[in-house]
Amino acid sequence: MEYTILILLLPFLSFLFLGLAGKWLSHRTSGLIGTTVLAAITILSYCTAYTYFTADRCADGSYATLVPYNATWLPLGHLNFDLGILLDPISVMMLIVITTVSFMVHIYSFGYMKGERGFQRYYAFLSLFTMSMLGLVVATNIFQMYLFWELVGVSSYLLIGFYYTLPAAVAASKKAFIVTRFADLGFLIGILIFGYYTGSFSFDFVNNLQMAEGTTPFIPCGIDKAIAAGGFILPTALTLMFIGGAGKSAMFPLHIWLPDAMEGPTPVSALIHAATMVVAGVYQVARLFPLWVTYAQDWMPIIIWVGVFTAFYAASVACAQSDIKRVLAFSTISQIAFMMVALGVCTEITTGHEHAGSIGYMASMFHLFTHAMFKACLFLGAGCIIHAVHSNEMVAMGGLRKYLPITHATFLISCLAISGIPFFSGFSSKDEIITACMAYSPAVGYIMTAIAAMTAFYMFRLYYGIFWGTENKELHTEHTPHEETIMTAPLVILSIITVGVGIYTTLAGFGLFEGYSFGSLISADGQDYRIHFDPSVASLSTIIAICSIALATYIFKGETQPVADRMYNAAPRLHRWAYKRFYMDEVYQFITHRIIFAYVSRPIAWFDRHVIDGFFNFLAWGTHTLSNNIKGFQSGRVQQYALVFLIGILVLILMIL
Amino acid sequence: MDRLNDILNIVLGIHVDISWFLILSALMMFIGIYGFLTRRNTLAILISVELMLNAADINFAAFNRLLFPNGQEGYIFTLFSIAISAAETAIAIAVMINIYRNLKNNFVGNLDKLKW
Amino acid sequence: MAQTIIFLILAAIILGCGIMAVTTKRIMRAATYLMFVLFGTAGLYFLMGYTFLGSVQVMVYAGGVVVLYIFALMLTGRQDKKNPTVSLAKKFAALVASLCGAGLFLFAIITHQFAENILTPPSEQTTPVSLLGEQLLSSDKFGYLLPFEIVSILLLACIVGSLIIARKH
Repeated sequence: MEYTILILLLPFLSFLFLGLAGKWLSHRTSGLIGTTVLAAITILSYCTAYTYFTADRCADGSYATLVPYNATWLPLGHLNFDLGILLDPISVMMLIVITTVSFMVHIYSFGYMKGERGFQRYYAFLSLFTMSMLGLVVATNIFQMYLFWELVGVSSYLLIGFYYTLPAAVAASKKAFIVTRFADLGFLIGILIFGYYTGSFSFDFVNNLQMAEGTTPFIPCGIDKAIAAGGFILPTALTLMFIGGAGKSAMFPLHIWLPDAMEGPTPVSALIHAATMVVAGVYQVARLFPLWVTYAQDWMPIIIWVGVFTAFYAASVACAQSDIKRVLAFSTISQIAFMMVALGVCTEITTGHEHAGSIGYMASMFHLFTHAMFKACLFLGAGCIIHAVHSNEMVAMGGLRKYLPITHATFLISCLAISGIPFFSGFSSKDEIITACMAYSPAVGYIMTAIAAMTAFYMFRLYYGIFWGTENKELHTEHTPHEETIMTAPLVILSIITVGVGIYTTLAGFGLFEGYSFGSLISADGQDYRIHFDPSVASLSTIIAICSIALATYIFKGETQPVADRMYNAAPRLHRWAYKRFYMDEVYQFITHRIIFAYVSRPIAWFDRHVIDGFFNFLAWGTHTLSNNIKGFQSGRVQQYALVFLIGILVLILMIL
Repeated sequence: MDRLNDILNIVLGIHVDISWFLILSALMMFIGIYGFLTRRNTLAILISVELMLNAADINFAAFNRLLFPNGQEGYIFTLFSIAISAAETAIAIAVMINIYRNLKNNFVGNLDKLKW
Repeated sequence: MAQTIIFLILAAIILGCGIMAVTTKRIMRAATYLMFVLFGTAGLYFLMGYTFLGSVQVMVYAGGVVVLYIFALMLTGRQDKKNPTVSLAKKFAALVASLCGAGLFLFAIITHQFAENILTPPSEQTTPVSLLGEQLLSSDKFGYLLPFEIVSILLLACIVGSLIIARKH
């Protein structure tokens, strides 16, 4: 498995080359270089996954954790910062997700970014992002994860601000960077607490590690020390790390950056802000999952309730947005919250066939996988639409199904998938999440079912708003919307994955044949787990999803929308609040400007300006005055010099005598 | 009359030795220094410098004559000193004439442009 | 005995004219007083028996340098500003410094024990000029050929330099 290092190195070299030499390359060449590299590492990732999952399982039925590389990067006494590659089921799964989506985005960007200024820069940043994200998922220790975590943050910042001449893009990139930085502060403190008390950053918690030859063994993790120091230490560290994850994954109240991040190019939104980077928080919690479940069980409701509230909040906001990318952004927030909730509802790592306490772990990873595929497809479809009509607003669209048939079909497939209709991938994963929630607490289960219904509703509102409804003839005659093959090809591939995975897992889940399922590859205890749907949950969520779609069809499909207007007139304020995202940005503005700036920053600024600056001004004034007073010695008058000279000589003679 | 004779004898019985010359030259030196410090005209300052130079010359000659009568070093040094002070005077006076040409006066207080 | 009287007279001339030279208001008078000081110095050389040195002093100083001063004074005679008066405080400071210095020097000289040689009347053997000439132009152990030549170059450079500095542009 040593070739896995190439998966990190190739995109990094591509970034360096495109970043440094891009100026002298044509758009076509630089795009081809980036895409070729991505194709190569995609193939490598698939090889890795194939080799990994077809290898023999360990004695206890789990897949071996491989560490092909682990080098000490910064030795600090007992605490080492290592860099390496760790392969276990979830990191291998993430390799597949990231490279697949990234490859699709690379191809797609040929069409979407054609002729843009900074095309080479764009591809360089995409390579940088891909490298960082891959480095994040294969991290062997939490510090390496943090390192690449920040690198993806930087790539995200660079790509959101890709159109750096637009003030909105600049503001959005700064907002994303600052908000996630604040969250990452929590992550860093958590890491430091963790490292201080356990004496290690390594992920070697509970799994038996099968060492690759020639690698140094990990320092045994000193969990016992941390527990001896106090029972609250590990949960505190984990919660702080969760704050970092919540910032990256746009959990309420740190979600405010994600909708604004849609200012970046749409393929970037698909790659970074839908499929890969924003799930880093989920991945981080999944990575630390054994710790959470074993040592911080009492604190896991934090994850659940943050997730539940975020899911509900984002779904309700998504119902009222008019910008299609914003709808998708809030939908992303909501779906990621689903994954978080699924992780939170686990109660223990259970072994045995039922996985009663830890089905959520598998469900979360499964949903991460399926969501990445169909959400990337949705975003790329949205990109096609925006490319065709040159607007983000739903008003400019309507009736586009005639002009964009392939986009329409793939968009519909993805909408069905996210809504949870059987035979589409979202159904299987979402069903597992709801099953896990039901097992934890029926209340959470029903809330999540309701939110799933909202998901179906707003997605089909979006779908009908774009492809059906009133056509904006004026705009469309001006330049007829059309689609390009290079942009629709990735859509088709992604929707084939969605449908294929959906049909396979649905049939397997209903027990129609005994095949491998996602749970066979990834489960909390690592053992082979065959997904079987709970008939009551499956039927309930399916019926509810179909009802929501029917409702959305009834309201939004027609040319005129009398029901929608009546609903709007019945509760204009509610609509307005939802449209304004319940004024969260304004709340932040109020807190930062009116409270923090006015009562914290301004006094500090005053202190700085008057006390600290005053002290240095005093020093400067003192020096100035002193030199002003002694500059008389440099009068340039010969006789004065001679007098001083004489006095000096006399004093010297006096001393000699 | 006898008293006067006695006094004369006492006074004239004192012989001149090296310290007389040294005292004379020291006084001359500090007269020159006083002039250097108080004069405003550059030529007058130069005159004071000549006084100081002469004081030094007297010392050379006196050391040679009274302390090391077998050598010629002080003598020759005085000769060189005279030559060099003549050279110095020539240059200094040329400079002063130039200053006068530019400033229309010769006062040392005006010559502080080189302080920075 | 005669040496003592002559020395005292010469010392009186030197000190008196020196003080006058540095205190008189008229610059031309100062130059004249300087000439008397220089003559007095030459007299001291003669008293010591250094006749050649004395005649050089008279020729170079009194004859050359003082004439140079007088020419320079006449050339720069018309000053467009009044001679600025020196403040009393400055004069006092200079006086105090000079007196202190002189006191220090005199203290050092008087307290020091010099060899008890007294000034004897000069004889024919006191530094014959021929010996001096040989020494100046010899490159032997006690020869001064190199300084002599260097001084000659210095004088040449001075002539050229002062011509360049003082000429009209």
